[in-house]
Amino acid sequence: MHREMDMAAEAASLGGPAEQLEEEALIRRVCNGEHELFYELVRPYERRVYATAFAILRNEPDAEDAAQEAVLKAFKHIRQFRAEARFSTWLIQITVNEARMRRRKQHADVMEPMVDQRDDEGNYIPRDFADWREIPSEALERKEVREKLAEALASLGEKYRDVFVLRDMQHLSIEETAKALNISTASVKTRLLRARLMLRDLLAPGLGGPWSSRLSFAKGNKPW
Amino acid sequence: MVVACEQVWREVSNYLEGDIAPELRTAIDEHSRTCPRCRAVLEGTRNVVQIYGDERMVELPLGFSHRLHRKLEENISGRRAKYWGWVIGFAAAAALILLMIQVASPPLSRQQSGLEHAQPGNHIPPELQVVVAANSKIFHVPGCKFIRDKSNLRTITAAEAIREGYVPCVRCLKKYLAAAQLGGLPGESREARSSEGDDD
Repeated sequence: MHREMDMAAEAASLGGPAEQLEEEALIRRVCNGEHELFYELVRPYERRVYATAFAILRNEPDAEDAAQEAVLKAFKHIRQFRAEARFSTWLIQITVNEARMRRRKQHADVMEPMVDQRDDEGNYIPRDFADWREIPSEALERKEVREKLAEALASLGEKYRDVFVLRDMQHLSIEETAKALNISTASVKTRLLRARLMLRDLLAPGLGGPWSSRLSFAKGNKPW
Repeated sequence: MVVACEQVWREVSNYLEGDIAPELRTAIDEHSRTCPRCRAVLEGTRNVVQIYGDERMVELPLGFSHRLHRKLEENISGRRAKYWGWVIGFAAAAALILLMIQVASPPLSRQQSGLEHAQPGNHIPPELQVVVAANSKIFHVPGCKFIRDKSNLRTITAAEAIREGYVPCVRCLKKYLAAAQLGGLPGESREARSSEGDDD
């Protein structure tokens, strides 16, 4: 699984040496004044940028605004990019910061769900869904499935969602996730475990199960 | 090594990340073979990671790429316009400053006139006979109507007058001073002008 996850991370970014060299050359040219090339640089990541913003903000127009702003900020600060990090990671970090800043502004007066007040170290006991039915990846072609998955993700507390989005959706490493969120790697691991288990519990009955009713229930008073 | 269900749940994430000791991994595998609940937790969590990690999970809004590209282009051209705005603004400011300096300075003719009064008379023929008055520091051509005190005049050469600190009268000795302004004596000036005409 670890190997599969690493491969997914590779596929999600320009992992190949040739592509990386090409990317480095593009960055140099943009820094040297060929600003038009910046779009070529971000084009492979625009989906990830949007997905990150959407996962945090849960709203299409806000996510698009945040994604655009993040790309513009990356353009403005391209000279500050240091080659020790991947360009994609740097770009995703900017997006996370932008989206979280907007979320703070939007929900400054909204209280966090109860689940967020709990201690990270507290044990989480998965619900007894022994009749787990796998959700096939082909199901993602269906919009209603994507919406239900997004709903399940949205029902997580912010701190769990942010970690899950960066590690499992954007394929950042544990260390990169910790750096992006300014938390320790131990906290990333703890939150990630809980986020994964909570999502598993929410989705446990599979596509054939009473998903909708469970999710609408989960929105208010969570079953965990 | 034997593991309890609670230990399996605690280690699910590490198990999926591959961040686990080989003995513990084997123990979890063995445990989950006989425990349907832990198997469901492991398989379910693995499925969650796979499904959410799929690129198709988030659909880009229609026209997103186009709008992003346009926004970037606007920003890039905006920056260029800003840059040229600064350049043009700077040039305009520099031109304005120069203009103000020019306006604040005395006009050229007045400047020339001032220079004329201060001329030491270097271009006046040294042997030219001039007159000086005792109570004045200006020397004149004999008979100049601008001599103030004509009662006590002394005739000397221009060279002597200059040596004694006299300055030429800008009226009666004007032709020499004007020639000096043009770059030489009247004779030289004429030559210069005729040679310029030849070139044309």
